Amino acid sequence: MAFSVDKIKEGKPLDGRIPEGPIEKKWDRRKNELKVVSPNNKRKYTILVVGTGLAGASASAALAELGYNVKTFCIQDSPRRAHSIAAQGGINAAKNYQNDNDSVFRLFYDTIKGGDFRAREGNVYRLAQLSVDIIDQAVAQGVPFAREYGGLLANRSFGGVLVSRTFYARGQTGQQLLLGAYGALMRQVDLGQVEIFPRREMLDLVVIDGKARGIVVRNLITGEIESYVGHAVILASGGYSNVYYLSTNAKNSNATAVWRAYKKGAYFANPSFTQIHPTAIPQSGHYQSKLTLMSESLRNDGRVWVPKKKGDKRPPNQIPEEERDYYLERKYPSFGNLVPRDVASRNAKFMCDAGYGVGEFGRAVYLDFSDAIKRRGIDYIRDKYGNLFEMYEKITGENPYEVPMKIYPAPHYTMGGLWVDYNLMSTIPGLFVLGEANFSDHGANRLGASALMQGLADGYFIIPYTIGDYLASTDLPNVTTEEKEFQESRNAIQEFVKRLLSVKGKKTVMELHIELGELMWDYVGMARNEKGLKLVLEKLPELKKEFWNNINVPGSDKNLNKALEFAGRLYDFIELGELMALDALHRNESCGGHFREEYQTPEGEALRDDEHFSYVAGWEYPGNDEDTPILHKEPLVFENVKPTQRSYK
Amino acid sequence: MSDKNMTLTLRIWRQKDANSKGGFETYTVTDISPDMSFLEMLDVLNDNLTKEGKEPVEFDNDCREGICGMCSLVINGIPHGDQHRTATCQLHMRHFHDGQTITIEPFRAKAFPVVKDLVVDRSAFDRIIAKGGYISVNTGSAQDANNIPISKEAADAAMDSAECIGCGACVAACPNASASLFVSAKISQYTFLPQGQPERYRRVLRMVEQMDAEGFGGCSNHGECEAVCPKGISIANIARMRREYVKASLR
Ligand SMILES: Cc1cc2nc3c(=O)[nH]c(=O)nc-3n(C[C@H](O)[C@H](O)[C@H](O)COP(=O)(O)OP(=O)(O)OC[C@H]3O[C@@H](n4cnc5c(N)ncnc54)[C@H](O)[C@@H]3O)c2cc1C
Repeated sequence: MAFSVDKIKEGKPLDGRIPEGPIEKKWDRRKNELKVVSPNNKRKYTILVVGTGLAGASASAALAELGYNVKTFCIQDSPRRAHSIAAQGGINAAKNYQNDNDSVFRLFYDTIKGGDFRAREGNVYRLAQLSVDIIDQAVAQGVPFAREYGGLLANRSFGGVLVSRTFYARGQTGQQLLLGAYGALMRQVDLGQVEIFPRREMLDLVVIDGKARGIVVRNLITGEIESYVGHAVILASGGYSNVYYLSTNAKNSNATAVWRAYKKGAYFANPSFTQIHPTAIPQSGHYQSKLTLMSESLRNDGRVWVPKKKGDKRPPNQIPEEERDYYLERKYPSFGNLVPRDVASRNAKFMCDAGYGVGEFGRAVYLDFSDAIKRRGIDYIRDKYGNLFEMYEKITGENPYEVPMKIYPAPHYTMGGLWVDYNLMSTIPGLFVLGEANFSDHGANRLGASALMQGLADGYFIIPYTIGDYLASTDLPNVTTEEKEFQESRNAIQEFVKRLLSVKGKKTVMELHIELGELMWDYVGMARNEKGLKLVLEKLPELKKEFWNNINVPGSDKNLNKALEFAGRLYDFIELGELMALDALHRNESCGGHFREEYQTPEGEALRDDEHFSYVAGWEYPGNDEDTPILHKEPLVFENVKPTQRSYK
Repeated sequence: MSDKNMTLTLRIWRQKDANSKGGFETYTVTDISPDMSFLEMLDVLNDNLTKEGKEPVEFDNDCREGICGMCSLVINGIPHGDQHRTATCQLHMRHFHDGQTITIEPFRAKAFPVVKDLVVDRSAFDRIIAKGGYISVNTGSAQDANNIPISKEAADAAMDSAECIGCGACVAACPNASASLFVSAKISQYTFLPQGQPERYRRVLRMVEQMDAEGFGGCSNHGECEAVCPKGISIANIARMRREYVKASLR
C-alpha cells in the first residue's frame, strides 16, 4: 500500500533541547550543565562507532583519548578510505585571517541563510564557534593546508558567501583532513584504546530496555553475522545520495545503518532535503556508474555560460563574447558565479530545459577559465586546481586549460538524516548520530565547505562532551550478545540474506538500482511537484514487489559477495525513497534544495511558507512497512536572524 | 559514439578465497564504449555473468575518482594499467582497442594476501600507520593555527608526499614487494613540517620496524613504484626515509 499525505498522523512535537539564553552563550551553558565521567570510570564504558569518515574517525579518536573503549566499524578495507576522503574544495572557519570582516556571527548567518531558514539557530551558531578550533586541531596534526609565501594559511571563497574563509589542501582537502583524523584514530589503535573492524557492515541496531546497546554486523569477508555490545552507539555512516543511483558519492555510500536505526525507532528528519551540486561532469552514457564532482571552488575563477542562441552547436571557442549568456552574473550581479548550490543548479537546469544546454545531449553548461587564465596566468590556475583539471581531462579526454569544462548538476549531499537533539542524540537514548548521517545543521541547503566542518565539529568537539553526560546519568546494566534482542536481530538478518539469495530472478541489482535512481531523479530530484510525487509513491511499492519477485543476487552468503551487500542496500534505498517522496509531498513550500514547482516567486526562486512550514519534519516508523509514517514537528525558532526571502542579487 | 564500440577478451584471475588455488578464466565483453571507465567495463562483465548464472568477479572499488585508494588490479602486467598517474578507476576504455586481450590480476605481494578474485588484504598498511603515521596531539590542545608559520615551499613539499592514497600499487610493482614508497611518503610529510619534529626519529624507527615485520621486501632502487604511482609520489621520499632512519639509528 502506498503512503499518502492524507494518512499522515501527527505525533507529539519534538524538542531539540536547545539551551536557553543568548546565542553566544548557549554552548557554554550546555557544557556547564553536562555531567562528566570520572577518568577511572571512562575505561568501564565501551562505545561502538559505525563509520570512519571525518565524523566517525574524529569521534573515535577523541573518545579514545579521553579513555573510553572504542570499537570502530567500516565497510571499506581500511578506515582511511571512507567517503570523506573524496572531499575536494575545502573547509570553512570563521578565522577572519583575511581581514574581510568575517566573524562567528557572519558564518552563522551565512549558514542559516544558505540553508533557507530551515536549520536550528543554536546548532548552527555552535558550529560556527567550533569552526576555528577545527583548523587549529588539523594544523597541529600536520594537515598540509595551502599557505601564502609568508607562511600563514591561505583561504578561498565558496558559494553563498562574500568573504574568503575556506581553508584547503589543493583539491584534496577531505583527503588531508581524513588522513589527519585517521592518524589520530590509528594512534589510539596502537595505544590499545580503539579496536577497528573494517569490512563490516552494520545491519541492525540493538535496542534493549529502550536504549541503544549494540549492533549486529555482517563480516563482509566471511559472511558471518557478528554481534557487539556497547554502552552507547554512534552512527557516522554518511549520506544517502546514492538513492539516486548516479551521484557524486562513492559506490559504498549507503543508507542502511540509518535506515535500520529508523526502523528501530529513531526518527528520520527532513529526508527530502537533498542537495544537487551544480558542477559535476555530465553523464556520458547509460553504463555510467557514478558522477564525478568538479569542486565548487572552481567557481572562484570559472565563469558559467551558455550560448545566447538556442541549440548553438558551434564549439565554445568560436562563440564570440557577445553571443554568450553568463546567466549567473546577469541574474545575480552581487554573488555572480558564487551563488549557493541550489540556485546554481536550478539555473543550469532551467537553461538546459529551455534549450540552451550544450554537449552531446544538451544537458550541460560551460564553466570557462579562459578569463582567469588571461588575468592571472596558467601557473596560478594550475597551482590552485591542477588536480581537478587533471581529473577532468582523464574522464572526458578534453583539456580544460584550452576548452571550457562542460558541467551539469548531480546529487551530492543529503541534508536530511536521523533526527538528533542539540546533544546529537537521536530519539533512541544512547544512539548518537554524527556527520552527514544526521540532519542537524544545514537546513534545506548546505553551503560549500561546511560538511567537513560539521563532521569534525561533531566528532572532535561535541560528542566527547555530550556522550559523557548520557553515560553518567543513565543506568546501563550489563548485557551480553545472548540477550533475546540480539538473537532476534541476528535471526531477522539471516532471514533477509537468505531471502535475497533465493529469488534468483531476471534483474541484476544494478538494473533495479538504475530504475530506482531514474524515478527519484525525475520526480524527487531538482524540481518536484504534487503529481510527480504522488506518482512515485505509487511506483515505489511496485518496485519493491519487482525486487522480491525478480532480483538476481548471485553467489553465496559465506564469503565476499558485493552483489549481496548492494542488494540489501538497494532495498533500504527503495524504502527510504518512499519516505523522501512523502516528506517532499507534505511540505507544500519550496525551500533551498527542496523546490516544489507549485511554490516559486515570479523570478523562479524558492518560495517558502514560514507560517506553515517553519519546522523540522521528524518521521517515526509506524511499526510496519505499509502504514504511512507518523510526523513529529520540531518548530524552528528564530531569535537572532529574521527569515527573509533569500536574495543573492 | 556507438560506432566505435569495442569487443574485448578478458583474462581474469579467479580465486575462491585466500586458501584456494587460483587461475585465469577468459571472458568476452562486447559493446564497450571508449568513454567507459575500466571499472564500468567490469560492471558490464559482472552483470553479464550474473545473468548467465555465474559468480561475478570481485574487485575492490569505492570513490571511482582516484582518491580513496580502494581500487587495485594489475592490468596487462602493470598495476593500475599503463596510463601515467592514473588509478584503475580513472582509466578509460579509450586507451584500449577493439579486439584487444586484457589480462587482469590482483596486486601480488606476500604482505597482500588475496581475499577473493582480484581483492587483496592491505591491512598491513594500517598496522604500519598505527606505529607513527601521525602527530601525537590530543584533541583540544592546539594553539592558533597561524602561530605555526610554515613556508609555502615546506607546505607544498609536505603536500606532495601527503597525496599518497595508500593503494599499494608501489608494492605490487616492486620486484621485492617493498613498501618503501608508501612508508617514506608518510615519513617525509612530517619531516617537512615543524609539527613533525618532536617524534621525528621515533616515527621512522617504529614505522620501518613494522614494515619489515609485515613481510615487505627491501628497496633496491628499481623505481617501478614511482612509475606506477597514481599520484606520482617521488622516489626521493625513499632516500629521505633512509637518511632519517640512519640518523635515528645513530642517536
Ligand atoms: C566528491 C565530494 C566532494 C566533497 N567536497 C566537499 C568539500 O570540499 N567540503 C565539504 O565541506 N564537504 C564536501 N563534501 C561533503 C563531505 O565530504 C561529506 O559530507 C562528509 O565527508 C561526510 O562525512 P561522514 O564522516 O559523515 O561520512 P563518510 O565519510 O561518508 O563516512 C561514512 C563511513 O561510514 C561507514 N559506513 C556506512 N554505512 C555503514 C554500515 N552500514 N556499516 C558499517 N560502516 C558503514 C563507511 O564505511 C564510512 O567509513 C564532498 C562530498 C563529495 C561526494
